[in-house]
Amino acid sequence: MVIKAGWEIVIGLEVHAELATATKLFCGCANAFGSEPNTNVCPVCLGLPGSLPVLNEQAVEYAMRIGTALHCEIRRSVFSRKNYFYPDMPKDYQVTQYDLPINSDGYLDLPNGKRISIVRAHMEEDTGKSTHFGGTGRIQGSDGSLVDYNRSGVPLVEIVSGPDLTSADDAKAYVAEMRSILVATGGSDGKMEEGSMRVDANVSVRRPGQPLGTRCEIKNLNSLRSLVRAIDYEANRQIDMLEAGERVTQETRHWSEDDGRTSSMRSKEEAMDYRYFPEPDLVPLDPSPEWVARVAAGLPAMPHDRRRLLATATGWSADRSDSGMAPDNDAVLTVVEQDLDALVLAAVAAGADARRAVNRAANELTGSSRAALLDPGAFATVLRLEDDGRLTATQAKAVIGELLEHGGDPVAIAAAKGYEALDTSVLEGLVDELIAAHPAEFERLRGGDPKVGGFFVGAAMKRSGGKADGKAVTALLRSKAGLS
Amino acid sequence: MGASHAVHVGPGSSETAVSIADDVRAGRRSAQAVLALHRTRIDTAEAEVHAFNLVLTDQAAEAAARVDETVASGRDPGPLAGVPIALKDNMCTRGLATTCSSRILEGWRPPYDATVVSRLAAAGAVIVGKTNLDEFAMGSSTENSAFGPTRNPHDLERVPGGSSGGSAAAVAAGFAAASLGSDTGGSIRQPASLCGLVGVKPTYGAVSRYGLIAFASSLDQIGPFAHTVEDAALVLEVIAGHDPMDSTSIESPAPSLVSAVQQGHADGVHGLRIGIVTELSGEGISADVLARVEVAANRLRDAGATVDHVSVPSTVLGLSAYYLIAPAEASSNLARFDGVRFGLRMVPEGSANVQDMMAATRAAGFGAEVKRRIMLGTYALSAGYYDAYYGQAQKVRTLIINDFQRAYQSFDVLLTPTSPTTAFAFGAKTADPMTMYINDVCTIPSNLSGDPAISVPCGVGDDGLPVGVQLLGPALSEALLFRCAAVIEKGN
Amino acid sequence: MSEPAARGLTRDDVVHVAKLARLALTDAEIDRYTADLAGILGHAEDVASLDTEGVEPTAHPLPLVNVFRADVVRPSLDREEVLACAPSSDQHQFRVPSILGIA
Repeated sequence: MVIKAGWEIVIGLEVHAELATATKLFCGCANAFGSEPNTNVCPVCLGLPGSLPVLNEQAVEYAMRIGTALHCEIRRSVFSRKNYFYPDMPKDYQVTQYDLPINSDGYLDLPNGKRISIVRAHMEEDTGKSTHFGGTGRIQGSDGSLVDYNRSGVPLVEIVSGPDLTSADDAKAYVAEMRSILVATGGSDGKMEEGSMRVDANVSVRRPGQPLGTRCEIKNLNSLRSLVRAIDYEANRQIDMLEAGERVTQETRHWSEDDGRTSSMRSKEEAMDYRYFPEPDLVPLDPSPEWVARVAAGLPAMPHDRRRLLATATGWSADRSDSGMAPDNDAVLTVVEQDLDALVLAAVAAGADARRAVNRAANELTGSSRAALLDPGAFATVLRLEDDGRLTATQAKAVIGELLEHGGDPVAIAAAKGYEALDTSVLEGLVDELIAAHPAEFERLRGGDPKVGGFFVGAAMKRSGGKADGKAVTALLRSKAGLS
Repeated sequence: MGASHAVHVGPGSSETAVSIADDVRAGRRSAQAVLALHRTRIDTAEAEVHAFNLVLTDQAAEAAARVDETVASGRDPGPLAGVPIALKDNMCTRGLATTCSSRILEGWRPPYDATVVSRLAAAGAVIVGKTNLDEFAMGSSTENSAFGPTRNPHDLERVPGGSSGGSAAAVAAGFAAASLGSDTGGSIRQPASLCGLVGVKPTYGAVSRYGLIAFASSLDQIGPFAHTVEDAALVLEVIAGHDPMDSTSIESPAPSLVSAVQQGHADGVHGLRIGIVTELSGEGISADVLARVEVAANRLRDAGATVDHVSVPSTVLGLSAYYLIAPAEASSNLARFDGVRFGLRMVPEGSANVQDMMAATRAAGFGAEVKRRIMLGTYALSAGYYDAYYGQAQKVRTLIINDFQRAYQSFDVLLTPTSPTTAFAFGAKTADPMTMYINDVCTIPSNLSGDPAISVPCGVGDDGLPVGVQLLGPALSEALLFRCAAVIEKGN
Repeated sequence: MSEPAARGLTRDDVVHVAKLARLALTDAEIDRYTADLAGILGHAEDVASLDTEGVEPTAHPLPLVNVFRADVVRPSLDREEVLACAPSSDQHQFRVPSILGIA
């Protein structure tokens, strides 16, 4: 969707990340996804009368790791109660951090170089889950709801960005980068599809140079695709209203992926008043400088730094903004996102060409659950064989596939498969045969039609049983056509 | 004693927990025999007193039998072996109705025990019943119970005080040797005073609140009622101590309180400096109560202390601060009673949404005083009023703490009345909420400061009804307070 | 009500507060609590109007910080025992009437 000319979008994102603790924030029930309903519950997370919360130290540690990775200040913090009635919130208040959050004033750098401010990243407890039955099956108009409290009390960090994002694409890049950072800290698994990472978007529009417009908060964004679609839809909705002389009402809106639109969630006459006050059942959280330093020292390298490392190794710059090599940069992004950078760097250390290693890793290793088990030395050997022209690209990919499946020695695998790149004289004979067999196509190639090149490469592959090097075939053809 | 209307309390009805435990531990009496004696008294007089919401029969019999088996097998049955104890019905007991004297908890059986319940059981105590209270501990007379009031065993026409009125009456009537109450603004000390018992509000954090159904979390503390200072010390030693289930529980080792009592009885209080709090010993306190404070002062002086007056000026703001802070916390603590997970549910006719169900459930399940305080607390926290009410009250709390600390630079222990009057008649103070609230004026400051306090009997007033005096000390000064209380008790 | 309302407390405020507190009050109760709250808040003017410049609030009487629990799983409750307390349950879950949106 395109935003109308003459308007700017302003987006702030709230990312809720479930922390990867073994237990819940305030009790010893398991923090587990997908259990039978109401099996991970106790007096505390059911909010039974008389129960009291006790803070999970590991959750604090994870929150501090996330804050550190986002360049936040880590300070003395206090838990507060946010009071409102809702059936999936067992105490009818949520324990959260209000005026004194543990992490504040940080930032996140997008891969494109834009710096997005992080206002705060505070700790809070998750709610249970309700499912609606009867009627339409959605909240409004259902006959009733069933509540499962397994998720109630799961530790969350809510990360609030400044209103610094100006497009749906940047918002998407922010969430993707946030996810990588969360995973890198070990604090959260960042799985949007399981709801362990959830995003709400505050969207407003304005004319360039004007003050911020009235914002709407969009909920139910369950994927990056939803995020992009919802932001574009909402921005256009607001623009249409403003152009029609109407006013935007500040409200919470629900995104429907099926309908492709947002709709108002709350009745307007009921103004929210959360009556925050300090949670008297908990004491303040005041990490010592030693603890803060220990967390910082223990933090692994973050995606941004890891990309820079790869960029240095390959001679590419780390981020798109100052690279101009977007395709290759996507490969770097992918390699880091898929946690393959350590493998790539080890292969480079073992003698592989860095650029080839990044590209092969991005294309051949992503999505394989066995990539982590790949021996970097073997990987490097395949890449070197390819570099030396002893394996074609197709053959190299097949060897890598075999390595992923069964492991082994790349040279032996190539030999077993009968791979040896055709030497130049044989290849030349093959190309001459093809030209003779397809004169019309050769004329088109000579005339500059680039598509025909692919036809000849394909035919050469077929004739040679995959042993022809596609690049060498192309070079021979071009030379014979007088193109180079 | 208040003459004709009092429950007849027979021989041995005020026997002490210490003597029962000694006898049972030594095998001189069986826990089952002790229980039978108390059950007889309950059967005789409970219909008049109405101390209990629930009398435990089978569970108590089993507990007593276990103690007797333990004694017979030569193992240690615990410091409270065979001692019949009553529990305020806002402490969770697994599988047994726990009501807070409210309709809203109708049918609820907690799936867990409060920490104090486990500790009592481990110490060999026999829990005989769950006692009546002002609904959710909000009140000073036990008239706010959804199940009807408790009567003062000293005069059945009068209130036992509150909110722990049932726990006080149970001990005063001889139904239990000791009991537990909870004290948010005086709910142990005031009924102790009105029923002629020792009542203790320990230092905030000294006794675990896990399983105590919260009224105001930053003020609530569990403590004992007993006939004697020594009994109260014995029970407090058992229930105090750090609990990992309560983040506000403190690590203090419970010092030997029983030996502090014995020290008071034997050696007095030589060299201690006692201060009578000027602001809490004048206007609004009846003359016969003030006279008993003088008697207590004299007893302490005779036992070697120096006594003087001390000003703790901001205590006059305590009542107002309390009636902002406690309802504010309560409004949040009582939100969970919404008809979703446990207890009462009311679905209004013609409406099928959850919001209306919650509002109807809460309207039907809560009594008038609970609703009043929820309304007050919600208002005090609401947008635009937080700073003027809740925020200001928190600052007054600081002022009170500072004033007490200043006083404790010159005095070891402070002395005040516990309640402005002796036990009053039913209905005497129910017309206007402020009239009832003022009962707590002397007891509230130590809840706000978190410091310990004891009410100890010191004779009777002009009407022949019991009068208690209150001793206050800095945090964790329980041993000192028990020592002074022992001196006052010795003069009775 | 005729009672002079503390800091302008009105009957409408009380209606609003009852809604926030999820209490379906009768008209008579609204009248009663408007008067009661005005009276109590009037008494609390000594606190509300006090000069507390420079005084820090006390949220809690304890000076404790950093009270933690180790991240170790403890047994959860038996589901049947939990649901036995519920006013209504279905498919091992708590059943409630329809939800009209958050508020």
